[in-house]
Amino acid sequence: MKTETKVKSINSIADLVLDDRVHKSLYSDKNIFEEELEKIFNNTWVWLAHESELPDAGSYKTATIGRQPVIVVRDRKKKIHVMLNRCRHRGATVCEGKSGKTKAFTCPYHGWGYGLDGSLRAVPKPEEYENILDKAEFGLIKVRTESYKGMIFATLKKDLEPLDDFLGGAKKWIDLFVKQGGGYPLKALGDQRFRFPGNWKIQLENTTDSYHFPIVHKSFIASVDEQAAEVFDFLDGDGFVEDLGHGHSVMVMIPELVDLEDNLDEPIPARYSDLAKQLANEGHSDLEVRRLVRAVGGGGFNLNIFPNIACSMAFFRNLVPISANETEIHHIALGGEGAPEVFNQKRIRIHEHFQGPMGFGTPDDGEAWERVQAGSMAGSDGWIMLNRGMSKLSTSADGNVRGAVCSETGMRAAYQQYKKLMATPSEH
Amino acid sequence: MKLDTQLLADVTAFLNIEADILDNKDYLQWLELWLESGLYIVPVDHNATDYANSLNVAYDDHEMRILRIERLTSGYAVSTQLSEKTVRTTSRFRILDDVDGLVRVRCAYSLYENNKNGIRCYPANLQFKLVRDGDSFKIAEKIVKIMNSSQYLTTVSYLF
Ligand code: FES
Ligand SMILES: [Fe+2]
Repeated sequence: MKTETKVKSINSIADLVLDDRVHKSLYSDKNIFEEELEKIFNNTWVWLAHESELPDAGSYKTATIGRQPVIVVRDRKKKIHVMLNRCRHRGATVCEGKSGKTKAFTCPYHGWGYGLDGSLRAVPKPEEYENILDKAEFGLIKVRTESYKGMIFATLKKDLEPLDDFLGGAKKWIDLFVKQGGGYPLKALGDQRFRFPGNWKIQLENTTDSYHFPIVHKSFIASVDEQAAEVFDFLDGDGFVEDLGHGHSVMVMIPELVDLEDNLDEPIPARYSDLAKQLANEGHSDLEVRRLVRAVGGGGFNLNIFPNIACSMAFFRNLVPISANETEIHHIALGGEGAPEVFNQKRIRIHEHFQGPMGFGTPDDGEAWERVQAGSMAGSDGWIMLNRGMSKLSTSADGNVRGAVCSETGMRAAYQQYKKLMATPSEH
Repeated sequence: MKLDTQLLADVTAFLNIEADILDNKDYLQWLELWLESGLYIVPVDHNATDYANSLNVAYDDHEMRILRIERLTSGYAVSTQLSEKTVRTTSRFRILDDVDGLVRVRCAYSLYENNKNGIRCYPANLQFKLVRDGDSFKIAEKIVKIMNSSQYLTTVSYLF
């Protein structure tokens, strides 16, 4: 019987992932964490930024691939580059801070200067380098980067499949997700960052866990009006979870809100009637008001893209692994570029209401995740169960495995990709 | 610089009472310190000035203050069930100006929290707009600039 599988009989980390459960040591074992950085984060497409976070030539954002610091920057020709944040002289980081705008990257230690495309431009007192330093060979190290619908990914693996293939079935959902600009291009409106004492996979699972919603988020549900509370009462509805391949999954909680351009003639919910009035007073047409109001609360699904980004109803959730038992989460608020100010303002307020370190939702999620981490230390052996909904699977119109909205189908999808990557032999 | 020590003493007394009320989690009493039109803001970015159009950690008007207090006291929220003890100290009060009955003040603030992870400290700069109300004041704006709010925080289940 599976429950009697002894962890001691297991030879590789991949063996800790079964079809319906994973071993609890995946949350706390330091050696496993190191191997994950190598075999997962250094070995797949990792999300770094949204293009709107780099609006101008010279706009940059610092980020990490696993634990490696990188710079995402837009050059003078508006092309996006990703580079390791490490001076080629003796290795200092050349860029600090979350984001900003610059003309060049100058190393603080001995002043080597790099262009926005990473090329080494200037070296102070070059005489001592005569004939021994070819500047062309000492640019910042470039990382392969590709984008889809403004989402910038990078990978340290040169021969990895194109981003397009990697995203595969997730693309259809990204196309739907970007509609929440309400007819305007999607724009990042800032991020809230927080850390919790738990493993990154606990958060990865959570984005595709609707089972917890009515329990953990009871205090949030109590804080919204009846109409909204009804919208969030989705466990018995027609929602579903689909395995999209490559570890990605989508959890549709509110099917009516999958396509924000549909059903524009529906009555405007009471909680948005003030917004609708304001927009109408500003002279927006009835159709435009309806499109904005429909988009303001976000879409009805969470798209979980393995390993570090989710398009979660109305925002991006980016996870950053810090150590086996610590994870940093970035909640990036979204709105429309050039959209009416009241629309973006409302989206920000809705975001603040649930998300972030003082939101009405996140702290309770955080408490549950902490408890999972703490509980995983109990006993010398034990499994995390992921079998919910396994006996009632079907096939979706797209040919994907589909389970109920509160099934653990998305978690199983993520862990099968995890298993595949962890089973790949080390390159050295 | 002319010092108005009487106003400073009044403001200090008022803001120490506010801190004491929050440490004792007497949230309904806290609500009474506010003008209804007042705003309680915990920004992410300390350089932000247009808070309404920026993403904040918290941006509470009267309605949100009431909802937040309900959340903190209802017992529904798992993160508030092991009600964390807090100790806050305020100091370095400075009156920035006093125009038409509106007093702008800033001060240093540290909040110590005890929870299952041990004691955590949040140093912050506070900024207040206070309106005279008889012998006392009402809060028209409170801005809490937590030192590392633009880097990362941990989740919190009380008010700063
Ligand atoms: S380490 Fe960068 S110039 Fe020396
Ligand atoms: Fe949650």
